[in-house]
Amino acid sequence: MEKEKAITVKNLVKKFGSFVANDNLTFDVYKGEIFGFLGANGAGKTTALKILCGLSSPTSGEINVAGFDVYTETNKIKNNIGYMSQKFSLYEDLTVYENIRFYGGIYGLKLKDIRKRADELIQKLGLTNVRNELLSSIPLGWKQKLAFSVAIFHHPKIVFLDEPTGGVDPVTRREFWDMIYEAAGEGITIMVTTHYMDEAEYCNRVCIMVDGRIEAIGTPSELIKNQNAENMNDVFIQLARKVKQK
Amino acid sequence: MKKFIGFVKKEYYHIIRDPRTLFVLIAMPIAQILLFGYVITNEIKNASIGILDHSKDEVTKQISSKILSSGYFKLDASINSEQEIHEAFRKGKIKEVIVFEPHFGEKLKKEGSAKIQIIADASDPNMANLLTNYTEAIIRNYSIAITTQNSQISLITPEVRMLYNPELKGAYMFVPGIIAMLLMLISALMTSISITREKELGTMEVLLASPLNPFTVIVGKVTPYLLLSFINACLILLTGYFVFNVPINGSIVLLLAECLLFIFMALSLGILISTVTKTQQAAMLISLVVLMLPTILLSGFIFPVENMPLILQYLCKIMPPKYFINIVRTIMLKGGNLSTLWSDTLILFGMSIFFIIVSVRKYKIRLE
Repeated sequence: MEKEKAITVKNLVKKFGSFVANDNLTFDVYKGEIFGFLGANGAGKTTALKILCGLSSPTSGEINVAGFDVYTETNKIKNNIGYMSQKFSLYEDLTVYENIRFYGGIYGLKLKDIRKRADELIQKLGLTNVRNELLSSIPLGWKQKLAFSVAIFHHPKIVFLDEPTGGVDPVTRREFWDMIYEAAGEGITIMVTTHYMDEAEYCNRVCIMVDGRIEAIGTPSELIKNQNAENMNDVFIQLARKVKQK
Repeated sequence: MKKFIGFVKKEYYHIIRDPRTLFVLIAMPIAQILLFGYVITNEIKNASIGILDHSKDEVTKQISSKILSSGYFKLDASINSEQEIHEAFRKGKIKEVIVFEPHFGEKLKKEGSAKIQIIADASDPNMANLLTNYTEAIIRNYSIAITTQNSQISLITPEVRMLYNPELKGAYMFVPGIIAMLLMLISALMTSISITREKELGTMEVLLASPLNPFTVIVGKVTPYLLLSFINACLILLTGYFVFNVPINGSIVLLLAECLLFIFMALSLGILISTVTKTQQAAMLISLVVLMLPTILLSGFIFPVENMPLILQYLCKIMPPKYFINIVRTIMLKGGNLSTLWSDTLILFGMSIFFIIVSVRKYKIRLE
């Protein structure tokens, strides 16, 4: 049975002048899966992600996100996705609740719904005590979890996470991934970029990018088997080396 | 619209929760105007002078006392010889020395003319000019007075009237300038900083990835500063009026409308700056160097445009503050109305439109 596709990308090319950031990418992401985008810094992960979010326009290629065309239906896409940027994406000088309310508001949620959902969310994250504290006063790990919760606050079909766990301790990272699984369980498709190879093993499927090209794509266990490697780290190093030798 | 209000609310929190910036924004206009008001004055009061009187007769005493009782000068050192003049200047105690030639009164009676030498310390040229002008005026008045007493010869006596600012008060000159400067600073600098800050923090990406219209983002960012700038303009006008008695002779509504137009122009400049810069520092630097310096130097705020070299005069012509300052001066001091100011207003309006078009074209809906 054919699984329902959340994202389809065919021959995506993105050039900055003569520099090719994304070289002929083709892949599909299925509904409800956690799709990992792996690669070293500068491999083109973030560029591809930005194109899918409508933050950047592709040079060429056919791209469809949540059933909408990236060239002509950007606004519809924006209503159906959540985005968490590489940099920290909440406001430090707003309180926890104000942040939630602001982001809920720009996605057009009704104030009544925002209040209800915000209360649930704050309770779930255990932030009740700091609900009205400025964000700058709460620890980074909590902020990161809050940022993710805010990104899926409006129940998007797809959420894009750009290196969401940078600079976070291992325990919080584990908790963060628990949240990702929970969101996936609710039917949200998750596309995440990372350069932590252990995180790659948490994904349903991963795509490894080297120098703007997709070198391998599949489930972590498939990739490990195909490359005769012990873990994802080895897979990645082997693929990266192979490219260098060419 | 709801999204827009939510956005403005967020901006309001940013401003209100940054007490330092807020303090600067509110305190600066008042501090500036008081500073300029008391520091930059072209008026002289109690300037120290010396008098070397070789004659010491009735007439020289009369002239001396006229000069000293004018309130502009005070006698600091009595000088008895030519050598002491240089000594006194070098010590910096006095700014001017008045020398009466020997037998001054006698000569004046017999020959109908006598000589007074005025020596000024021109290491500060503006001051020297002012002092000698004041002194000359007093002496001229005296000579006119005695001539008309003694004879029927009709002299040509120019009667000078300083229109719009009879007391030549400095405040009249710089209140319009400060309004221009501060509106420029707050509108352009603050908006460009607040937009680039979102770029730096990475929140701009999140905003642009949201269904929020990019123009809502910009307008939402700009609105609080529009209000703030407007409040500041009013604050300056009030301080000028109550502390320095700068009148508002023209229509207040027109004045405020012109202020709004200028704020509008400065805001679009701020947006333009934020579209070409990536960091807050760069935005600040550009705003300060590209906007503040010309506003102070090339706008006729302090230095008259007419006295500049031709190239600079042309440069002044493209400086928006020049037109704004002229407009404000005309309305406040001369009581001018739109019929005299339409061309300046139109130029300012044209500039606003130009900057908006350029910044909209530069503003990238999709971040590259």
